[in-house]
Amino acid sequence: MKTFVYIDHFKGEVQPASWEALGLGKSFGPVSAIVFGSSIDVIAKAAFEYGADEVFIADDSALKDFRVEVYASTLSALASSQSPELILFPTTTRTREMAAMSAIDLNSSVLTDATAVEVKGDKVIVTRPIYEGKLFEKATSSGKPQLITLRGRAFPKPEREAGRTGKITKVDAKTDALTTVEGYNVAEVGVSLGDAGVIVSGGRGVSNNPSLQPPAGLDEKQAEIWRAHQGFKLVGDLATVLGGAVGASRAAVDAGYIPYSNQVGQTGKVVAPDLYIACGISGAIQHLAGIRAAKMVVAINKDADAPIFKVARFGVVGDLFQIVPALTTAMKKKLGK
Amino acid sequence: MKIIACIKQVPDSEAKVKAENGQISWGEAPLVINPFDEYAVEGALQQKETGSGTVTALCVGGESAKEALKHALAMGADEAILISDATLANLDTQAAARVLAAAINKIGGVDLVVFGRQTLDNGAGITPAQTARVLGWPMLGLAGQIKVDAGNVQVERVIEEGRQSVKAKLPAVVSVVQSIGEPRYPSFMGIRKAAKAEIAVWSLNDLGISAPAAIVTRNELMNPPVRETVVEIISGDSPEQIAEKLAEKILAEKVL
Repeated sequence: MKTFVYIDHFKGEVQPASWEALGLGKSFGPVSAIVFGSSIDVIAKAAFEYGADEVFIADDSALKDFRVEVYASTLSALASSQSPELILFPTTTRTREMAAMSAIDLNSSVLTDATAVEVKGDKVIVTRPIYEGKLFEKATSSGKPQLITLRGRAFPKPEREAGRTGKITKVDAKTDALTTVEGYNVAEVGVSLGDAGVIVSGGRGVSNNPSLQPPAGLDEKQAEIWRAHQGFKLVGDLATVLGGAVGASRAAVDAGYIPYSNQVGQTGKVVAPDLYIACGISGAIQHLAGIRAAKMVVAINKDADAPIFKVARFGVVGDLFQIVPALTTAMKKKLGK
Repeated sequence: MKIIACIKQVPDSEAKVKAENGQISWGEAPLVINPFDEYAVEGALQQKETGSGTVTALCVGGESAKEALKHALAMGADEAILISDATLANLDTQAAARVLAAAINKIGGVDLVVFGRQTLDNGAGITPAQTARVLGWPMLGLAGQIKVDAGNVQVERVIEEGRQSVKAKLPAVVSVVQSIGEPRYPSFMGIRKAAKAEIAVWSLNDLGISAPAAIVTRNELMNPPVRETVVEIISGDSPEQIAEKLAEKILAEKVL
C-alpha cells in the first residue's frame, strides 16, 4: 500500500505522535514522509532516521506559520500528483483541519483518532472511538487516498536509527492564503495531555480542603476557586515530580477551577497515559470513558463508593490534601529527585 | 451582520451509550443540542450584541432536531432552519459539510458561520473546516475569542502549544472552544418565544442539490473492552505510610 505520513510540528518541534504514524506506515511497506514549513531540513533528517524511505519537503517562507488553507492545498496538490493510497497523520489541532480540507479537495474522507488501522487487501479498516469513547466503530472509506489521523500513544514509536538517509523530493508550496497569522502566546503550556505518559488529575474535590483559610475580602465563589487553586497546586507538584501533565474532570473545569484545556474525558481529550492518578475525582461516565486507554489508574478519593475505584488498580480512601503531598515526597525520594 | 450558528442534536452527555445488535442505543437519555454547539450559539450571540445583525441557527437532522433549534432560539437566536430530507440518513462528515455549505449559500449574504469544536457523537471535529473548504471561505478553528471589525474577523485559536492569533476577511467560518464563554441559559421569555417560533424546514430539493454520496461506511460497532481490574485499597496508619506503600506499588508496576 503506497503510504504517506504527514509529520506535524509546531515551529520545528515535531509532535511525537508523528513518529508513531511513521512507524505504522512502515508496517504497510515503503513509506514516504511529508514535511511542510520553513527551514525544516532537520525534520526531514529525523524522518529518515525514524524510518521514512523518501521525504517530500515543501520548504517555503509562505509555510513558516501553519495556515490550514495553505497547508491543505499544498498537501492536496502533492497527493494528486503522487497518488498515494493512504495518508496518515498524528491527530493534532492542525492535522484535523488540514486533513479535513484536503479530503474535500480530493473528494475523499478523513477518519480521525484511529486507535487501530488494519490493511486487508486494498481495504483499510479503521477503529476509532465515538460518543466520547463510550463506543468504538470500525469504518472503511471508498475515497482515495484515504486520510487517517492517529490517536497519540495508540501506536508504538519506532526506534531512531542515527545516520539513516533517503531520497528528498522538493514540493512547491501553494500560496492561496486566506488568513494572516498575527502572533502566538505559547508561554503557559506544559506537557500536553495527549502526549503525556503520566497524568495527575484533579476533580471537584480539590477545593474541599477545610484547613485552608482564604485571604480576606473574597466572596464565597472566589474563596472556593482560591481553595481549588491550592488543591491543583498539590496535583501539579505530583505531576512535576512524575514528569507528567495536569488533567482535570469536567466538574472541576465547569466550576472554573482550571482552564478547559486541561479537561480529560470529553471527546478530543481522551487520553492514553501509562499512569493516570485521579485526585478527588468521583468518576462520571464521560470521565471514565476518557481514561479507558490509560494503562493503570490510581484513585485517591474520600468516598469509598466513588465509581473511579471500579477502574483503578490501586486506591486510597482518604484525604487527598494529605495523601497527594505525601505521595509527592515519597516519589521524589524514590526517583532520586 | 448575518451570522449562522451550526448545531446538531445528539444524545445527552450523561447517556450510557451502548452497541446493541449493531445499533447504537442510549436508553432513555434525552436528545439535546450538542453541548459544544451551545458555545457556538453563545459565540454567535456575542457577535450580534457587540455589533448588530441576526443569528440564524442551522441544523441538519430529523424532525426531533427541532428541539435543538428551539434551544438555540430560546438562547436568543433570531431564526432557525432545519435541513431535513429522507435521503440524508447516512451522512458522513464531508456530505454533511456539502449540505451545510449549500444551505449557507441559499441563505445568502452570510458574514460569519460559527460551529462548536466538535460533536459528542462522531467527535471528529472536521465538519467546520470541510464546510469552509466547500464554501471557499477562510477557516479560523478553535477560537477562544472572536473580534469582528471593519469586514475582518480576528480570533485567538486555542492550540496544543498555547494560543495563535489569526485574522481573515469576512465571510469566514469559525469554530469555538469553551473559552468563548459559558452558554447563557434560555430566558423565560426566550423559551416562550421559541415555543411559538416557526422553524423553516428545507429539503435538498429546496437547496437545489442531490444527496452527497457517503464515502465512509461504518462496518461494525463495538463496546469498549471491560477493564478487568480489582482495586487494591492501600491503607496505613498515616498519610506518609500510605504514600510510601502506594509509591512502592506504582513503581513495582513499571509504568513510570
